[in-house]
Amino acid sequence: MQAFDLIRPTDLPAAIAAMGKGRRFIAGGTDLLQLMKENIETPSALIDLDALALDGIGADGGGLMLGALARMADVAAHPAVRAEYPAISQALLSAASPQVRNMGTVGGNLLQRTRCVYFRDAAFPCNKRTPGAGCPAIAGQNRMLAILGGSADCIATHPSDLPVALAALEATVVMQGPNGTRRVPISDFYLLPGTTPGQETVLAPDEIITMIEVPASAWARRSAYVKLRDRASFEFALVAAAVALDVRDGTIAAARVALGGVAAKPWRAMAAEAALVGQKADGATFAQAAALATEGARPAGRNGFKVRLAQRAVARALGALV
Amino acid sequence: MATFALTRRALIAGAALVIAIPRLRAPRAAPAATPAAATPAPSLISLQINGHERRLAVEPRTTLLDALREQLDLTGTKKGCDRGACGACTVHVDGRRVNACLTLAMRVQGRAITTIEGLAQGDDLHPVQAAFIRHDAFQCGYCTPGQIMSAAAFLAEGHDADPATIREWMSGNICRCGAYPHIVDAVRDVAISRAANGAG
Repeated sequence: MQAFDLIRPTDLPAAIAAMGKGRRFIAGGTDLLQLMKENIETPSALIDLDALALDGIGADGGGLMLGALARMADVAAHPAVRAEYPAISQALLSAASPQVRNMGTVGGNLLQRTRCVYFRDAAFPCNKRTPGAGCPAIAGQNRMLAILGGSADCIATHPSDLPVALAALEATVVMQGPNGTRRVPISDFYLLPGTTPGQETVLAPDEIITMIEVPASAWARRSAYVKLRDRASFEFALVAAAVALDVRDGTIAAARVALGGVAAKPWRAMAAEAALVGQKADGATFAQAAALATEGARPAGRNGFKVRLAQRAVARALGALV
Repeated sequence: MATFALTRRALIAGAALVIAIPRLRAPRAAPAATPAAATPAPSLISLQINGHERRLAVEPRTTLLDALREQLDLTGTKKGCDRGACGACTVHVDGRRVNACLTLAMRVQGRAITTIEGLAQGDDLHPVQAAFIRHDAFQCGYCTPGQIMSAAAFLAEGHDADPATIREWMSGNICRCGAYPHIVDAVRDVAISRAANGAG
């Protein structure tokens, strides 16, 4: 790991003011230190967010508020999260290991970098790291990579589980920077790669995620997260599905479906949602909706299996709700 | 009283003086990206480790793992992957299990750090340590300190003691010998006897 300075501001304005070229904020550090050990990230200084009081977890009838520095393990175990937003708890518990969840923060988890093997190996070119360098993944080892929303420059996937649940539950990301606070729906937070795959979110370099807000809803209460992977635990998703239903007298009044492991952002499956609303909450409806969840998929060569696997994850997750 | 019983550590350290151990992996060349900042001078910090205050000088980039092993001679905590993927470096910070390889030493000043060396009470082994011996829950032993630290935290966290739950909550610790069945037995043994004794 290259040498760097450690800056330890005591409040949010000081942390924002300390940001400058070549510097990075560090929260849990579980991803950033891995990237630094591989020389993928070589910051001149880290700005330590530990002293910022941003780790609260609050819930009332209107919704859930997660301080960005709340630990993944604490959010997963919170009684209100488990009862009212089960997909969030399930997504977090399916992520990483108990040790990493004790360290990682929910804000940091939104910003985990892709696990594309070429991105993480400095010996390979990567359009994310160096615009125009080329993408060996497109004709290479792309089994783990995107089937939706990719471009000719990049087919990386976002690796985190939490954002998929947050997309299904229509969360909002609250950010603070030198010019104040702004709130962005999670569906607008991530950017597809296009010709600028290095730009992954709308977060500016000198902005800090301060909070994640999740509105309370009948469908959030009846939500689930299903993750399918190469081993039983401590592995990234091949595909994942976060689903939520509001069922009244056996009929679906509202539905949310989001896919993980298939794109650079959590993928809202609108066609599947539309196919659910107004229908009976049964296996036939779920199968029909699941078949529409991957509409527009364009596999890269070695990841064609993900199309049907994602559909089955949706069907299984929906089935778990009734 | 002089003792001739060499510890394994001392033996390995001695051997290294006379045998040039070849590097197993050539260091990967750093990409020609941002030039490295001038190395900051080490700062003197104080860490609370196993109930004792330890003072040492570290750079910002010094991980807790390297501080323990290279500077404080606490080599029970192992370096496996150094990337948070294997769990060999598991220690407790304020009672919670974490990966020491992904923890910067400077960021855990003032926190209560427990390593495998601090788990036993004098000559009384921690129940997990005793159970690992009873169940033969290791082969080469390299992952064992991390497994035991993780298991001790698992018990304190209060999970169910069925094998599937143990496997899931111990998944942050990899054993390349594949001693998993005995590890699960050892953890389950302690969990069940604790529940029977009403200790939760």
